Amino acid sequence: MASRSLIRNFCIIAHIDHGKSTLADRLLESAGAVSQRDMREQVLDTMDLERERGITIKAQAVRLDYEASDRRSYVLNLIDTPGHVDFSYEVSRSLAACEGAVLLVDANQGVQAQTVANAYLAVEAGLEIIPVVNKIDLPSAEPERAAEELARVVGGDPADTIFISAKTGEGVDELTERIVDVVPPPAGDEDLPLSALIFDSYYDLYRGVVCYVRVMEGSISVGERVMFMATGERRDVAEIGVLTPDSVPVGTLVAGEVGYLITGAKEIDRVRVGDTVTSAHRPTVVPLRGYTDPRPMVFAGIFPTDGDEYPRLREALEKLQLNDASLQIAPEFSQALGFGFRCGFLGLLHMEIVRERLEREYDLDLVTTSPSVAYRVTLPGDEPVEVRSPADFPAAGREMVVEEPWIKALVLVPPEHLGAVMEILTSRRGELGPLNYLGTERVELTCRLPLAEVVFDFYDRLKSKTRGFASLDYEPDGYQPSDLVKVDLLLNGSAVDAFSAVVHRPQAYAYGREMVTRLKDLIPRQLFDVPIQAAIGSRVISRETIRAKRKDVLAKCYGGDVTRKKKLLARQKEGKRRMKMVGSVEVPSEAFVAALRVRD
Amino acid sequence: MYLHIPFCEEVCPYCDFAVVAGRDQLASRYGEALVAEIRAATAWGPLDAVNFGGGTPSRMPAGLLERILQELSSRFGIRKGAEVSLEANPEDWTLQKAESLVAAGFNRVSLGAQSFDAEVLSYLGRRHTPAEIVGAVTAARRAGFDSVNLDLIMGSPPESASSWSETLRRALETNPDHLSTYALTVEPGTVLWKNVRAGACSPDPDRQAECWEEADRECARTGLVRYEVSNAARPGHHCRYNLSVWGQGEYLGFGNGAHSFRDGRRWENLRGLERYMDTVEAGRSPNRRFELIEGWAAETERVLLGIRRRAGVRSGRAGEALWKSPRGRELRRAGVIGLHGDRLVVERPLLTDEVSRAILALPQQESAGLGKVSGLGG
Ligand SMILES: Nc1nc2c(ncn2[C@@H]2O[C@H](COP(=O)(O)OP(=O)(O)O)[C@@H](O)[C@H]2O)c(=O)[nH]1
Ligand code: SF4
Ligand SMILES: [Mg+2]
Repeated sequence: MASRSLIRNFCIIAHIDHGKSTLADRLLESAGAVSQRDMREQVLDTMDLERERGITIKAQAVRLDYEASDRRSYVLNLIDTPGHVDFSYEVSRSLAACEGAVLLVDANQGVQAQTVANAYLAVEAGLEIIPVVNKIDLPSAEPERAAEELARVVGGDPADTIFISAKTGEGVDELTERIVDVVPPPAGDEDLPLSALIFDSYYDLYRGVVCYVRVMEGSISVGERVMFMATGERRDVAEIGVLTPDSVPVGTLVAGEVGYLITGAKEIDRVRVGDTVTSAHRPTVVPLRGYTDPRPMVFAGIFPTDGDEYPRLREALEKLQLNDASLQIAPEFSQALGFGFRCGFLGLLHMEIVRERLEREYDLDLVTTSPSVAYRVTLPGDEPVEVRSPADFPAAGREMVVEEPWIKALVLVPPEHLGAVMEILTSRRGELGPLNYLGTERVELTCRLPLAEVVFDFYDRLKSKTRGFASLDYEPDGYQPSDLVKVDLLLNGSAVDAFSAVVHRPQAYAYGREMVTRLKDLIPRQLFDVPIQAAIGSRVISRETIRAKRKDVLAKCYGGDVTRKKKLLARQKEGKRRMKMVGSVEVPSEAFVAALRVRD
Repeated sequence: MYLHIPFCEEVCPYCDFAVVAGRDQLASRYGEALVAEIRAATAWGPLDAVNFGGGTPSRMPAGLLERILQELSSRFGIRKGAEVSLEANPEDWTLQKAESLVAAGFNRVSLGAQSFDAEVLSYLGRRHTPAEIVGAVTAARRAGFDSVNLDLIMGSPPESASSWSETLRRALETNPDHLSTYALTVEPGTVLWKNVRAGACSPDPDRQAECWEEADRECARTGLVRYEVSNAARPGHHCRYNLSVWGQGEYLGFGNGAHSFRDGRRWENLRGLERYMDTVEAGRSPNRRFELIEGWAAETERVLLGIRRRAGVRSGRAGEALWKSPRGRELRRAGVIGLHGDRLVVERPLLTDEVSRAILALPQQESAGLGKVSGLGG
């Protein structure tokens, strides 16, 4: 057990790709935590997918033993945080476990939206912030400018900035010394009743749920009976330890320390990030602040292309849930797509990750419907109900009040692209807030807008209209009433539930037109004419017809090429496996998402 | 029996056969290789149908063709009244050549007319004029061919509706015994394919459907009965060699790239001309890529091939399975397939491949009672 005055709990916060994981590697190396043999790039990103996409999905913690220039041996607990907006709740929980934050920015790219969003979270959490400019080895680096921008965000002196290259290691020692100097040692009283913050957790096949905790008050020991305050779950402590980054069991963790905790619990659902662990016999009175239930923001239907794969899909989703308390699933039946699940995600990236893992790790062939948000619908005389699928949205013409979720978005963009960004935001019902210039190269723009406007192709448009220079972060900002209608799409006269969408009324006509045109392009010609219609209730607002296919036959089939022609036909038949029969119309799987991708 | 003659004057932009241009000097060496391959073949026959295809068999000296025919006759025997056919291009078809071929034993000629529109002919890279087609038919008749076929290609991008009507009219005016109308197809690897990939127009299937319908009507009106997707003939003049292929009959092929089907096995000869000749000259077999067609595969193939014929195919297990499958029901509802007695018939021949794919997509049935293919199928 280290003396509390020698402990430093800190995290690194940064915009994606600014070098957080690389810096963590350097720190681990310099503290000798990982032997050279084990050192592979980015030790902290354990999931394959993370390493491949270069993003950090789950926060983790490592303990480094560091001998500082004052000859004393410090314990540095590095808490890694996820870098993406979808996981901002998890970021805030990680921050709550620290006293200091390294605010890292790429010398080339300067301050970006997540730099700012995360910096604000850190300031709010009362952390000591160390501004750091990374990648100074790059020839195109502009470290001074990045330092200026950082100073404007956190309100300090650019001269306090540390310049490093996480790649070469330059400046990293200076940074470590600074951490020891300025990050306050943790407060806390070992004699008070236990309160420990769970800032991350994951499911281990052999050990059950492993949670990462920061002990705030009191102490925790093996064998003790503990209680998880949000869920009321009571359990005996089977193992506690620290990560170096290998698990090293210890007997006790005391106030100020960071480590892991295993109780043998199997359901990650019972052990939630943000919850407070206390002693069952001598509980603390008030749980730690800031716990909220994980709340999905974006919903989409996931269906197996082949209906027989439904049980495998369920199994796979359940396995993913073991590790991901924020992934919600509920069985769903679609007339068009059969049995599947309506899934709730924290955001679009979260959805993308889940889908990719299902396809890659579980080898499933999936149809994902276009993402939607949760609406609050109140029919006269009824309680409000949450509608998570456009298919469940009441038909047009009924009297009702509909509320939709809004977000507060923060966009950072170079001034020359400001116009383009404002145009996109206003075309998406955005309410623009004040502008804030961070130096001459970057403007910070806040904006409120409906989440629904962000869930389709918003990032892609933002990126393409600003040549990749804009970055975005957002947080939920309540619900508000809105004039929304359901637009149905009919193939061959019957509505296809999976194509229904909830749209802001003034956009309904244009939306219907767009969809009908896109479906006409996407759906191959069939044996008969197929009318496509967009309708609000029973009122058709747009229509097109896919003309029947007239010719589909090889001109010749002679002795010479029976085998070849057979192979050709068999290949075409394979292509059909990615088709879904909707009534008697063959619809390619991509149509279910692609149709909804581009909107203006 | 199929004999492949790979020589052409130039390779047409749409052609994906095993052909060579400007190598006519190899003709006699190639002829000897054919003879050697024939001599080495196992016993078979007598033959009902012999077809010299290519390439352009008419580029070969008549004497050489005769020698090959004689070799076939002495190795296998040719049945009296058998169909002995060759393909010819109008530009190298003279009365004199026609007469020597009749004397050698040929009784059917298939002329690569393609179009009566000079612009379309030039798009297709063909080297003859419309007038030469008429001349070639007259020469064939005069020489005493029993059966004259014209091949036409429909739906080339530069071909207008009236151009196609005119081609049909003039083709029928020559009074052919047989007419093949092929929709221009962009085959991978051809010059046409490269052009299309680089942005050139590709044939429009809807236009081709219209061409086909018009051809179907015009043939019927002039006494040619369509007996397969792309082929029509006066009664008694259908191509026996091709009908036997669609009936899953057996055949042997000689020459580079030729295919054979016998005893439930299909194989292919070496495709490269030089390699083929070297191999045969060294006394080795040019046969490659043997494939056993048996059980369910043979049954589906029987139906796949048979449905190209207007008369359809005995339904059998694959036909019945198709009929009862969900996709089969849709094809029935759309009037694409029908049942005439025990025969499965494609009523909308232009959609035959929809049916073929549905057959290939049928779940494989165990092969009890489904043997190897032998002799003539349904
Ligand atoms: N040249 C250079 N590249 C760096 C440096 N630090 C990180 N990178 C690269 O930047 C990319 C993103 O780094 P990563 O650590 O994954 O960023 P994270 O998303 O913040 O975790 C990777 O390709 C790193 O190799 C640096 O100091 N110099
Ligand atoms: S003449 Fe016939 S075989 Fe020769 S290249 Fe042209 S299309 Fe092909
Ligand atoms: Mg990372």
